[in-house]
Amino acid sequence: MMRALMTPWVWRLAWRDSRSSRRRLVLYALSISLGIAALVAIGSLGRAVRRAIDDQAKGLLGADVVLSSRKPFGADERAVMDRLGGERSDEVSFASMIQFPGTGGTRLVNVRALSGGFPYYGALETDPPGAAEAFRRGEGVLVEEGVARQFGAGPGSPAKLGEWKTKVVGLLRRVPGDSVAFTTLAPRVYLAGDQLPRTKLLGRGALVRYRAMLRLPDDADAARRLASLRPRLRELKLDVDTAEKRKANLGKAAENLNGFLNLVAFIALLLGAVGIASAIHVHVRQRLPHVAVLRCLGAPMASTFAVYLLQSVALGVIGIVAGTVLGAAIHHAVPAMLRDKLPFPLEASFSWVAAGQAAVAGLGVSLSFALMPLLSVRRVSPLAAIRAAYDAGPARFDAARWLVGAGIAASVVGFALLQTRSVRQGLGFAAGLAVAFGLLALAARGLVWLARSLPTGRLPFAWRQGLASLHRPNNRTGTLLVALGLGTFLIVSLQLTRASLLASLRMADVGKRANAVLFDVQPDQLDGVVAALGQLNLPVVESAPIVTMRLKSVRGRLTTELATNRSDRTPGWVLQREYRCTWRTNLADSERLVSGTFTGRVSAETSPVPVSLELGIARDLGVEVGDRLSFDVQGQVIDAVVGSLREVEWRQVRPNFFVVFPEGALEAAPAMHVLATRVANPSESARMQREVVQKFPNVSVIDLALVLDTVEGVVSKVALGIRLMALFTVLTGVVVLLGAIVTGRSQRLQEAVLLRTLGGSRATVRRILAAEYAGLGLLAGIVGCLLAMGAAAGLARFVFKTSPSFPVGEIALALVAVPLLTLVVGLLASRGISSSTPLAILRSEQG
Amino acid sequence: MEDTAVQPLLDVRDLSKEYRNAGHVLAVLRGVSVAVMPGETCAIVGPSGSGKTTLLGLAAGLDVPTSGSVRLAGHDLGALDEDQRAAVRNEHTGFVFQNFQLFPTLTALENVLVPLELRGGRSEPAVALELLAKVGLGERAHHYPVQLSGGEQQRVAIARAFVTRPRLLFADEPTGNLDGDTARRVADMIFDLNRDAGTALVLVTHDIDLAARCSQVVRLRNGQRVEP
Repeated sequence: MMRALMTPWVWRLAWRDSRSSRRRLVLYALSISLGIAALVAIGSLGRAVRRAIDDQAKGLLGADVVLSSRKPFGADERAVMDRLGGERSDEVSFASMIQFPGTGGTRLVNVRALSGGFPYYGALETDPPGAAEAFRRGEGVLVEEGVARQFGAGPGSPAKLGEWKTKVVGLLRRVPGDSVAFTTLAPRVYLAGDQLPRTKLLGRGALVRYRAMLRLPDDADAARRLASLRPRLRELKLDVDTAEKRKANLGKAAENLNGFLNLVAFIALLLGAVGIASAIHVHVRQRLPHVAVLRCLGAPMASTFAVYLLQSVALGVIGIVAGTVLGAAIHHAVPAMLRDKLPFPLEASFSWVAAGQAAVAGLGVSLSFALMPLLSVRRVSPLAAIRAAYDAGPARFDAARWLVGAGIAASVVGFALLQTRSVRQGLGFAAGLAVAFGLLALAARGLVWLARSLPTGRLPFAWRQGLASLHRPNNRTGTLLVALGLGTFLIVSLQLTRASLLASLRMADVGKRANAVLFDVQPDQLDGVVAALGQLNLPVVESAPIVTMRLKSVRGRLTTELATNRSDRTPGWVLQREYRCTWRTNLADSERLVSGTFTGRVSAETSPVPVSLELGIARDLGVEVGDRLSFDVQGQVIDAVVGSLREVEWRQVRPNFFVVFPEGALEAAPAMHVLATRVANPSESARMQREVVQKFPNVSVIDLALVLDTVEGVVSKVALGIRLMALFTVLTGVVVLLGAIVTGRSQRLQEAVLLRTLGGSRATVRRILAAEYAGLGLLAGIVGCLLAMGAAAGLARFVFKTSPSFPVGEIALALVAVPLLTLVVGLLASRGISSSTPLAILRSEQG
Repeated sequence: MEDTAVQPLLDVRDLSKEYRNAGHVLAVLRGVSVAVMPGETCAIVGPSGSGKTTLLGLAAGLDVPTSGSVRLAGHDLGALDEDQRAAVRNEHTGFVFQNFQLFPTLTALENVLVPLELRGGRSEPAVALELLAKVGLGERAHHYPVQLSGGEQQRVAIARAFVTRPRLLFADEPTGNLDGDTARRVADMIFDLNRDAGTALVLVTHDIDLAARCSQVVRLRNGQRVEP
């Protein structure tokens, strides 16, 4: 074989044989270009991100060390900070409402009172740039850009935070160390630390986080001092974040993201390879008579095989070169696209390593896929040259086919393992891909069979003829359905999942259920807030007291001990989080008792107190009915026993709790209240928020619209990657479609001309072509939608634990858009077919 | 436009066709005239490159001449556009090709029905089945072209050509791709149908025997009609 590849004759023949089909072959080659382009762009991006993380490590946190706590720093904490030395900034942050009196808007925000020079590395990016200094001087507040825009506020607009009437000094764009992903629910509002008392928001029981941002002295001892103080920091229950830790986390996140995006690109590449393979299949089949003649003339099998192998390699190389050029072009645009999604600035830089890796992957994948159809060249008998109807007999077992198949599987699994660096994820991805491709192919085959056996007798002639073309030999309907269906599948799954999530939230908005929650209501404000709601004719659907506490021990073991014990599998967050608990006498209607008995009332002396746990948190804590727990309620320890387990329907917008106490156990503890009400519409909600927050500035409000916005925001961020994947696969599908149409052009031309000779008009020919492409698109749409519905139902049931929703509109849109796209691309690629002169058919007879 | 017995069904007058290729003018047909009366049979013969197929194509309105005129069933083809010519073809003519030219995705029966369906009417399988039976393929109506031999494919093509009861059948080397016995049977079939249905016949052929069965023979050489 290698010797055959070295023969100049083989190269010459490969070149000459391609003469009549070079343009077509180049088009096939482009099938893999989009996948390659994506790999190159993503690889370059990955390297740029890693470099940015290295270069800007300290800017990722804005400080060397950040200590945080839910309690104000006391003398002990301050002593440790003093020993660390250097400079220090303090930040007090909590959730509250900002009001824009100019436009009457009110919204839940994350208030951050900052004193000191933070950030020490990097800068607050604001509009105008001077705003970062203005707010420190106490001239007003710095408001996150998105919120300000939402309420039509800009620099100079009036704003009210708690009792403090002030103005917006600027719009906030980026804070070193903050990832934008977390700011959707509560966007950030900065004010100077010394202005905080004017808001009168602190000290009213709000959930506050205290942070100290430190810049260590530039001496070598700083790191050592930090290391030696770590046990003390742990004792004080301070969370410690360092630039190194942040860098490691970000690096890991970036690597995961990069791996994910590479897999995304790989899907497009695989689809392109399937396109190339099917094109080679048709190309080789057209060439089989030539192969037979070559064999008659005495060409060895290896040489004839080498001729077509060379052509396939050339296809791969052309596709890779085109893809690399395209990738180099788009990688420039990526940093701008990601500007708002990354916590640091990024510069584009082309990576030759990434291009090299993409080339290896591209050549490997396209060649291993092309080998399958190429193998048939080996089995062409010279007899076929003299007997047109020569039948090679039934297919024999061909070991080479199995070998190539195994090679393809190995290359896919290998790439997935390389990208995910996890055996489970890698194999999972490869298996998922195989299932998706397999199901698509199966569904495609089924639909073609269905289309073929449907009684089409009543359809107009053009439709019957067009649909019959779908099962024309060499028509590659199966490949095209996979190519077009995969993109449809990805996009529709995304839309349906999004719709399911939002629908499950909207479903909560029925009848008399609450759809807005007012929290941080102080005991002395409770009556006032209820009265204010009454004045607005709004019902109090629910009112619950809230006591904040921490877990102290689980089944007799201290949580501090469990958290540091590596053999314990309890997630850290359930041990260390702050629990906001309530007490009541009965189950709420969003709850269902799963086991044990719910105790509604105890006397003040009861110990341990029987509490009811939410099922999920009980599972995380590894406790069952009868297990003992103890809580630290602001210094006071309360012993408890798990009395019952509840299932909670979280998607209802109402106060839901992990832990519910019986009446009589917590009344002595300092409590806040949360109220749930029902508003008819967004404008009523806005009016309610305005009225309540004006009278009680410390009360915060969250309504269903805000939750919906937040879910939308999160979903849309997650969707970026999936959209990208869908985009590349859709485009690859279009290129594969183009290739297929160009391949079948001569046959189609022949048929069109024959129809014209028999008296068919150009319009009839166009209608037949249109029917074929529309039919193809419709089948692809159906295949994609069916799979997407399956996937969305699975995601909804098993991942999001909600019932799937299949909005007719989204599905109908796909079923219209996909055929339309296919129709337009198909008709554009078939231009000239309907208007060719019928004389050609007689001419072709002579030739 | 009713034609009477005295008017030819196909009237080709002084037909010329030139092709321009890279600055060269190639005259394929020069001043050829032919008249074919209803029910008449006409063979076009001549060596390769003499313009036979071009003449057939122009007579059927598959292409437009450089000069001269073609009247087919009373229609002046020069005055019609492509789609109008197609309609005339569909209404008055049938075609049989050397390479059969069946639609590979349609069964024998469906292939035969195509010309009827192009007229936009409801398909009439009965007529098509009857014709298929006539050409000896009644049992194979639901077979695809690949499942038929060359002779059988050509018989399907003949059935297709006659399904619209055309007044004129154009045949381009109808037996060219068939072996001796099959060729004879196919030729018989064409002439039988010609006789039974009164269909006029214009065929291009290299086969002297076939040409001899025609009432009129048009000989071409270098694009010009020559006397025998």
